[in-house]
Amino acid sequence: MSLLTKKADELLGWVDARFPLTSNIKAHLTEYYAPKNFNFWYFFGSLALLVLVLQIVTGIFLTMHYKPEALMAFASVEYIMRDVPWGWLIRYMHSTGASLFFVVIYLHMFRGLLYGSYRNPRELIWLFGVGIFLALMGEAFFGYLLPWGQMSYWGAQVITSLFGTVPFIGPDIAEWLRGDYLTSDATLNRFFAFHVIALPLVILGLVAAHILALHEVGSNNPDGVEIKKLKDKVTGIPLDGIPFHPYYTVKDMVGVVVFFIVFAAIIFFAPEMGGYFLEANNFVPADPLVTPAHIAPTWYFTPYYSILRAVPPIGISQFPGVAAMGLSVLAFVFLPWLDRSPVKSIRYKGNLYKGWLAAFVISFLVLGYLGTVPANVWGQFGAWLGKADIATVVARIFTAIYFAFFILMPWYTKIDKTKPVPERVTG
Amino acid sequence: MNIKNYITKALVLLMLLPLANLANTEVHLDKAPIDPSNQASLQRGARTFVNNCLGCHSANYMRYKRLEDIGLTEKQIKENLLFTAEKVGDPMTSAISKKDAKKWFGVAPPDLSVEVRARGADWLYSYMRGFYRDSTSSTGWGNCVFDPVTCKVAMPHVLYELQGEQVLDHKTHQLTLAKPGRLSVAEYDALIGDLTNFMAYMAEPAKQQRNRLGWFVLLFLGVLLVLTYKLKKAYWKDIH
Amino acid sequence: MSSNQIDKSQTKIEIDEEKRKFLIATSAAGAVGCAAAAVPFVLSMTPSERAKAAGAPVEIDVSKLAPGEMKVDEYRGQPLWIIHRTDEQIAKLANHDAQLTDPDLEVPQQPDYCKNKTRAINPKYAVLLGTCTHLGCSPAQNFAVTADWDGGFVCACHGSKFDLAGRVFKGSPAPTNLVVPKHQYLTETTLLVGEDKESA
Repeated sequence: MSLLTKKADELLGWVDARFPLTSNIKAHLTEYYAPKNFNFWYFFGSLALLVLVLQIVTGIFLTMHYKPEALMAFASVEYIMRDVPWGWLIRYMHSTGASLFFVVIYLHMFRGLLYGSYRNPRELIWLFGVGIFLALMGEAFFGYLLPWGQMSYWGAQVITSLFGTVPFIGPDIAEWLRGDYLTSDATLNRFFAFHVIALPLVILGLVAAHILALHEVGSNNPDGVEIKKLKDKVTGIPLDGIPFHPYYTVKDMVGVVVFFIVFAAIIFFAPEMGGYFLEANNFVPADPLVTPAHIAPTWYFTPYYSILRAVPPIGISQFPGVAAMGLSVLAFVFLPWLDRSPVKSIRYKGNLYKGWLAAFVISFLVLGYLGTVPANVWGQFGAWLGKADIATVVARIFTAIYFAFFILMPWYTKIDKTKPVPERVTG
Repeated sequence: MNIKNYITKALVLLMLLPLANLANTEVHLDKAPIDPSNQASLQRGARTFVNNCLGCHSANYMRYKRLEDIGLTEKQIKENLLFTAEKVGDPMTSAISKKDAKKWFGVAPPDLSVEVRARGADWLYSYMRGFYRDSTSSTGWGNCVFDPVTCKVAMPHVLYELQGEQVLDHKTHQLTLAKPGRLSVAEYDALIGDLTNFMAYMAEPAKQQRNRLGWFVLLFLGVLLVLTYKLKKAYWKDIH
Repeated sequence: MSSNQIDKSQTKIEIDEEKRKFLIATSAAGAVGCAAAAVPFVLSMTPSERAKAAGAPVEIDVSKLAPGEMKVDEYRGQPLWIIHRTDEQIAKLANHDAQLTDPDLEVPQQPDYCKNKTRAINPKYAVLLGTCTHLGCSPAQNFAVTADWDGGFVCACHGSKFDLAGRVFKGSPAPTNLVVPKHQYLTETTLLVGEDKESA
């Protein structure tokens, strides 16, 4: 045994002289000190990384069988589902993983809103994160075309048409994106390239930057206290910090298993998730001549889609809606500079912020729901309101609340009655 | 430029269009008797499908050999079901070409491999029992399940000899059997039930295997959850 | 308090039995899980149902194949040769054993039921995969008999020579005889290549 450990030490020494292995393990795991009071909301960062790996691995195996060609794409997906041994499992892992990626990311972002994780000195972590979110939306959008079903096709057609609403240059941009006068084989081929290589590279790079920036400044925590301010005088270790490994590795493992239970339950028992993860209309091959009666984007895009529909056109130009949709996503970029509260965490913020955050979450969910259904779902108002669709009016109200959350933030965070923040983390 | 503009705008408007009539025109669908574990029903459905549907439709993603899933042997498949192909490994192609079919029916009959996933089993079960005599249509048949607004359908009622002829009461929207066919109503419903059952199986042949495997995976993950939780507790006792 | 806790974890030398127990159990279960999860991915790279259907056994009718003639078919994407050997050609197979690399068929390039003088079930019909065992070219037929050649095949790529039973001659770059695929006779003149009575 002693000989073996000696040999292993020698090998490690040999590697360390040539590559910073031990020092990196220390910097990012065994001597990366994370606050000891992480709660439920802190599982989703590591889970997002896990889902990213899952999507890449399953994606590689799907690429071995998928054909990015208009005449063969739909058939090659069914080929994967039937003829490729275990192809159905890999495909369901990928399709379920796509939706769960957004579940995890939305919860991860919500954690940031709860505890002010975007605040100084973590603005860059947040910006890299928003970058990942944007790239992920692109990744999901490009990937969604690949099965080449009716929803894939018309989804891509509609979204590329959105670019066509940009004044003056719009139509040319839309045509350039598609590489054709309508969504076609050329579009499929380039979306495939974006989906399997371009955006994954961007995402990986941003994830690396996100984690490096995090490990530079250290993690925030539910109290919003900077643990680096109080260090042990001898060791220089934050008093409220514990080594990420082993404490958070074993803790995150529990989260990973719970995630896998949810993941497996969906894959094996409800891969379509009632039409939200895999839509019925996407089992009809793409047909440029027939539009399905009801087109809606996949669930994770529906809040923004609702905003698009809610904003009325100016004249015949749909551009205001498109611009509002873009802004609704980009608004997150400005959060670090919009929040003027003296405290970070919601634990010490006042009722004003809590109320606004609750209103924002409710608008996000209501808009998300309304984006999945036709605008007449709740019927029409009487003649006194010009027989407007009730759902459209509701969507407009919640769109206003959605944007007010961001626009009014500098004021309501400033006048909010906050509580004193403790020196050390609690519980 | 003008055309481009027009197309883009039309598409965006189309998307924003309130789908005014959609909610009012939903038809009532009967619950299809789906039982993927009933192999006898699946086999009867496979026979009905091969004998009646593959004449015009295809099921290109389904291989005949896959019918071994529902308890048939290669020999049985070869002798009883293999009409449109040479080898059991071949896919279930249609007896007619797409081009001819389009000429005869106006639209090419769709591939039926994943029809149940696209439309739903209840829809298919109701559709196949929803044909009625309509002298105004080119095929002589109407079907309000297919198109609740116009009740027009391109497909003729292939099984009318078995079902007989139904007529539609335009006021109550009820179908009544005017001329009985070779089968009783119960027998015809059972036939369509088996066919739907088979087509539901065909839409996702791996489903049974998927559900069975799922329990083992969840059981394993349950054990793993207990172990990782105990491990976490063992480490975190230092902290708390 | 907290510095206490760090001192404890750094100075503690005795082994924590509880940690050890669950560390081993979790690692073992995790390893089993990972291995099980890898199986579908590995298997997804094996031939699909489509490949299997394309590589399914082929039926070949040899009733119209005249003596001395050869027919090239396809099996799993490779040339499949059926040679109807004349009695004279069969007799000549025994003449050149000394010049062959593996006259006794030691290397299993044929099913057991073809490990005989003519490498065939029915001596009349040779069933061979026409892919040179050297680098995979397809040898050309050269049936004309001369003083030192009893008829056979010569590979254009590197000059490997085979007799009418697909046995390789010494001095060829090809190391082994041509492959005799699994096959059986469904009738006297109908062959099924790719499946024999043992595997069916």
